Amino acid sequence: MTEYVIRNGHLFDPLQEIKGDRKDIGIKDGKIVDASDVSSSAKAIDAKGMTVMAGALEVHAHVAGPKVNVGRWYRPEDKLFNSRKNSDATRIEGGFSIPTVFKTGYEYARMGYTFAMEAAMPPLYARHVHEEIHDTPIIDEGALPVLGNNWFLMEYLKNKEIENAAAYTAWLLRQTKGYGIKVVNPGGTEAWAWGLNCLTINDPVPYFDITPSEIITGLMETNEFLGLPHSMHIHGNSLGNPGNYNVTMDTLKLAKGVKPRNNFGRKQVMHATHLQFHSYGGDGWGTFESKAKEIMDFVNKQKNITIDTGNVTLDETTTMTADGPFEHHLTELNHLKWANVDVELETAAGVVPYIYSPNIVVNAIQWAIGLELALFCKDPMRCFITTDHPNAGPFTRYPRVIKWLMSRKAREAQIKAFKNSDKVVGATNIANLDREIGLYELAAMTRAGPAEALGLSKSYGGLAPGMNADIAIYNLDPKKLPTDPEGIEKAFSAVAYLFKDGKMVVKDGQVIDHGHKKTFWVDVKVKENKQVMHDIREKFLKYYSLNEGNYPVPDSYAPHPHVIALDATTGAGSS
Amino acid sequence: MKTVTLTPTKQPELILEADCITPDTFAGKTAEQIAKLPVYQGKQDCTLGEFFSVAGGAGATAADTQIMIAGSCPKVKYIGSKMSAGEVVVNGDTDMYAGAWMKGGKLHVKGSVHSFCGLGMEGGEFLIDGNAGNYLGASYRGDWRGMQGGLIRVKGNVGSDICSFMNGGTLIVEGNADVHIATHAEGGKIIIKGNVRRRIGGQMVKGEVILFGTVDVMMPGFKYVRDMEMEVDGTKGKFAEYIGDLGERHPKRKGETVYGKFYQKIKA
Repeated sequence: MTEYVIRNGHLFDPLQEIKGDRKDIGIKDGKIVDASDVSSSAKAIDAKGMTVMAGALEVHAHVAGPKVNVGRWYRPEDKLFNSRKNSDATRIEGGFSIPTVFKTGYEYARMGYTFAMEAAMPPLYARHVHEEIHDTPIIDEGALPVLGNNWFLMEYLKNKEIENAAAYTAWLLRQTKGYGIKVVNPGGTEAWAWGLNCLTINDPVPYFDITPSEIITGLMETNEFLGLPHSMHIHGNSLGNPGNYNVTMDTLKLAKGVKPRNNFGRKQVMHATHLQFHSYGGDGWGTFESKAKEIMDFVNKQKNITIDTGNVTLDETTTMTADGPFEHHLTELNHLKWANVDVELETAAGVVPYIYSPNIVVNAIQWAIGLELALFCKDPMRCFITTDHPNAGPFTRYPRVIKWLMSRKAREAQIKAFKNSDKVVGATNIANLDREIGLYELAAMTRAGPAEALGLSKSYGGLAPGMNADIAIYNLDPKKLPTDPEGIEKAFSAVAYLFKDGKMVVKDGQVIDHGHKKTFWVDVKVKENKQVMHDIREKFLKYYSLNEGNYPVPDSYAPHPHVIALDATTGAGSS
Repeated sequence: MKTVTLTPTKQPELILEADCITPDTFAGKTAEQIAKLPVYQGKQDCTLGEFFSVAGGAGATAADTQIMIAGSCPKVKYIGSKMSAGEVVVNGDTDMYAGAWMKGGKLHVKGSVHSFCGLGMEGGEFLIDGNAGNYLGASYRGDWRGMQGGLIRVKGNVGSDICSFMNGGTLIVEGNADVHIATHAEGGKIIIKGNVRRRIGGQMVKGEVILFGTVDVMMPGFKYVRDMEMEVDGTKGKFAEYIGDLGERHPKRKGETVYGKFYQKIKA
């Protein structure tokens, strides 16, 4: 393998507390090494006046699987005038908010990302998720199975049977090649099968005699019993409704007193995702306002929580979530086409196109809330940038979100461009926020932080010798940041170089190699549990539309796995 | 106004995608530059000059540019698509997507056009002397933004699914129309001087369909309201007014429910 030495670049690595120092690093056999440890034949990259960071990690995006594909097939207009011819190295790319798998991989790579977590894998359709992951070039990926409305788990957790819930979860992660525990509208999606919803954490789930609060608490305990690399990852109840910040506060408070138990360096027990959609005040659309400050005041104090923002990018996009009732609510609001997918004993998803318009006050307030969350955050290692792709906007807009976070001038220009900017300013704090996120904080929000939250910070998200050589080099001089904020967006849109596993895959914003992407999944060994195995057999016989034997994802679906194996037989959190 | 004349010299073997044939793209270019504009035949990159001889030259702006196509182009797509000003005249037929997403100016096809023409049109005038295929003035597949504005006039007959998801503008058909008219419409006006078959205004929220001739089968979701005198495209007469589609949601305006309207001329 070609060795490289990257000279004169300004390094940003929160894991080593390197804040823009000029330092040379080497790449050898897919790993980062000391610059002196490469041979004389190593190719030199001159990164003078450039920013060097680890490859970025996406903590939450909908990039593979059945609901993404529903979006693709029912929105041919998303690809209209939006395809890109293949070059010698790449395949044809298409789509804006729901890009093809190829475009997904290329676009992440062009922005300097080397890992993406598919945020909602329906266990029954895990094969489809893995087929798409396998076809997405360059970036490593994992997928979180959705478990917050799962019949088995609701029954075990109702009876506080954490050991059974853990045994089932371990079985399911192995069957689906999943990475961790995802919870979407706990209880509410199951209630949706009866045309109902759970809009607070205390609404009982019909026919299960359990509340969202018990599901959330039980799954946090299950997660720590197993000692998984990532924490429980939650999309809370009452997403998108005015006044929902109270429900969000109730949800976040459930993390109090829960302790992380794992061997991966993970410090949080709850990852609260796309908080922008959960930080709304007011009692209707007319009084809709930001509660980002209230939410972040709590998050800043409660140190066992990580969050991601879910920034609205003011684009036409495609919303899709395993929160079935929410999507029905949305189609009633905007009258655009609605697709609903029920997944047997597990979950239900919906898909609706949505246009976030700068002329609509609520949309502009949503834009402000997403940015406020990051700007109010005191610990960038616990606050990550997402757009909940494609729900609040496509992930390809990250450079624009970064521009807004790094430049007050850019935010002011956008506020001025809103049709009703006075109303937006009145309902938010955005106009009073002077803070400009720096490159070191950005590296925490997009690299070191997500890597630590995903339990990957031993090998990913940093630039220390021995770590995986996933390295992004941006044409951005930290000593001379562009005076025009557009320069920031431009620099983050197209890396000067991206190395993946030590191989150069992007150069001057052009993809030159497909790399060797891997599928990350977690294999936990638990004590033999006859009760759970019996329950599984019975439910497959009685309720599932397929046989138990056809449920697992065969190895051939993830031919390049990166398996994180751990042993939970000797007690909680050991490995 | 300056004129560029395109004369077809070779019929494409497959279908030619020529979204460059608009006054907007031609504006400010010489005949040589226009001949070098890219067109696509399947996956092959070609130039306009391989299929047309180019004479004359364009004006400085789209509004100052007229394009004369001196011949029939039954296998050329996207003529006049997205044009915002100026004029295009086709002395013959065109393939799909002529005048699609047109914003202004005038497009005159002296022959017939294929399907998906005038798709999502926002403004301007589109005249078709012959017939038009299916989905005239409709939305692109999957999209909910059909014809928004402007005028389309067809001297002959039209196919099915015209003006699906229409939101505004006017379509006048002097001949007959096939099934599915104004499906999902939320605005706009369709005038049909000939006869239609069935399924007019299915899931129609708002908008108007005015029919001079006969309809084979009425939609059950439309209700007769009254007879009224109207003047339609210069013709005065008595029309029966229906409202619908009663199976669809309908917005309220100033306390009144807004319906889709269907009018049928009463034979004197």
